[in-house]
Amino acid sequence: MITLKNRPSDKTRFYQWQDKVFKYFALCCTLIGLFVLALLLYNILSVGLHRLDWNFLNSTSSQRASNAGIKSAMVGTVYIALYTSLFALPIGISAAIYLEEYAGKNKFTNFLEVNIANLAGVPSVIYGLLGLEVFSRIMMLKNSILTGSLTLALLILPIIIVSTREALKSVPYSLREASYALGASKWQTIWHQVLPASSGGIFTGIILALSRAIGETAPLIVIGAVVFIKTVPNSIMDKFTVLPIQIFHWISQPQKAFAANAAAGIIVLLLITFLLNGIAVYLRYRWQKKIKW
Amino acid sequence: MKKYILILGIAYVACSCGGGNTTNESTNTSQNVKDIQIDGSSTVYPVSSAIAEEFMKAETGVNITISESGSGGGFKKFIRQEIDIANASRPITKKEDSLCKAAGVEYLELPIAYDGLVVVVNPKNTWVDYLKKSELKKMWEPAAEGKITKWSQIRQGWPDEEIHLYGAGTASGTFDYFTEAICGKAKAIRKDYNPSENDNVLVQGISSDRLALGYFGIHYYKENSKILKLVPIDDEDDTNGKGPIYPNEITVKNGTYQPLSRPLFIYVNKKSTERPEVDKFIQYYLDSAAVKVPETGYITLNKSTYELVKKRYLDKITGSLYLDIKTLVGIRPDELYMSEASQTAQ
Repeated sequence: MITLKNRPSDKTRFYQWQDKVFKYFALCCTLIGLFVLALLLYNILSVGLHRLDWNFLNSTSSQRASNAGIKSAMVGTVYIALYTSLFALPIGISAAIYLEEYAGKNKFTNFLEVNIANLAGVPSVIYGLLGLEVFSRIMMLKNSILTGSLTLALLILPIIIVSTREALKSVPYSLREASYALGASKWQTIWHQVLPASSGGIFTGIILALSRAIGETAPLIVIGAVVFIKTVPNSIMDKFTVLPIQIFHWISQPQKAFAANAAAGIIVLLLITFLLNGIAVYLRYRWQKKIKW
Repeated sequence: MKKYILILGIAYVACSCGGGNTTNESTNTSQNVKDIQIDGSSTVYPVSSAIAEEFMKAETGVNITISESGSGGGFKKFIRQEIDIANASRPITKKEDSLCKAAGVEYLELPIAYDGLVVVVNPKNTWVDYLKKSELKKMWEPAAEGKITKWSQIRQGWPDEEIHLYGAGTASGTFDYFTEAICGKAKAIRKDYNPSENDNVLVQGISSDRLALGYFGIHYYKENSKILKLVPIDDEDDTNGKGPIYPNEITVKNGTYQPLSRPLFIYVNKKSTERPEVDKFIQYYLDSAAVKVPETGYITLNKSTYELVKKRYLDKITGSLYLDIKTLVGIRPDELYMSEASQTAQ
């Protein structure tokens, strides 16, 4: 009897040990990410912080590192972020709702699903080439903010669709059934029940997608975003530059002083990303608070 | 939540309407706003941007923008007439020239500076005193791949240690020129070396690797001369300077640093020069190049050549002088323009 009791406890001890090992392994993995981020922040702040002043924020391109600034790039990035989300969000979320809530399971929707998943994996330069041909040349929008944000909207559409669908899927079916039982139509159910219940997941997807759009360089270079510009864009048909392009350009300059500019540019880009993400996190919080079930 | 969606919707509609309006506006104002668009090589960028900056200080109301899609990318946009000026670190090719003709684009070819490609090693490298062109070929040519892996294989007496090669990435004009000058054919190169499109990465790599050798534009060497060792090159042709020669202002300009000196160009659409702001900018460019080029780390053409180039521009002589030349290596604008000028004088 004693031996019989001991055997499972041996196994249990092993499982407990295994559990502990995995716990610390996972903790290590978490810390690696944080450590790298801290290192990066330290490195960037130590190189770039002294360069970050009003002058830097309020100047435009220059061949002299000390005169160069990010005014046009900053405004360009904000414009691009706003218009990209304006184009991508309604289309992406609507497409996801159609695929998840309305479309039946047939060959056509399967075909759509496979293609959307594939699109999410296409390199961003390809989107740049598409944008150059379709928006810049055929639609004659040239190398404007509109072309840039339409291109980036295409780039993040698959990400938004996929993440929104996952969020919609996570809403329990019983919730929909309860809504139907009370006599609600399909649209009423989606609008009043499903969307609010899945808003957390949807916003997480939006945050990820938007952060990606803000950090993109390659597709914007392909559509002809400029590197040297003395003016600040004030309409969506204006030529523009964005922070990642300026950072990329400065890093490849031979003069050491430009490296400090690049670091300072990265700090501003990080701040803008945090700010936009902050807004999304706040909205997520506001919406989730309203859900009571 | 409805409110948010409503706001989003209104903004969406407003913005799509706004898009339509501004399209019309921009086509109307494109004649009023004095826009000059430049695109092309990132090697020529520092010169063009430095001169554009000065020009815009003097001429308010002119807006010059510069992009960096590479010499080839710049010419593509130039042929489609999407830009006024193409920066190029190499002359226009025959193919590009015929595409220009087909599209009805007449262009003015203006050489503006020299760039010298430098060959550098780590400062701890004590054995390399100079390199012959044939030795460079031996280590870089496609046949060297996997075979030439040690310094001792390049020249007798050099250490029996690995050689680590660093060079420009395959998308750059620097790569095209170096391979043509050293290996005899553009883009012919061994594949087992460390490539980077960012020259600062090459500088970093070579300065931290005792067994490294690499090449890049002379202005990157000037900014990093303390952490790199410059190698003089012997092109094994005594007619243009005997023995190994260091690249510097004098040797690049007088053509004795061969075969790694190359000219840099801007190409201007002739139709664009009918616009007074473009015409003024080009003249300003050619007048101030002699002062501005050294500031960017490149090397000026002869003063007389700038005058010949400007005269050629003012006479609106279109087309390229480089189309019928078999190899670009060793062909210098100074000589080309002098010989053209003397021919027209006869």
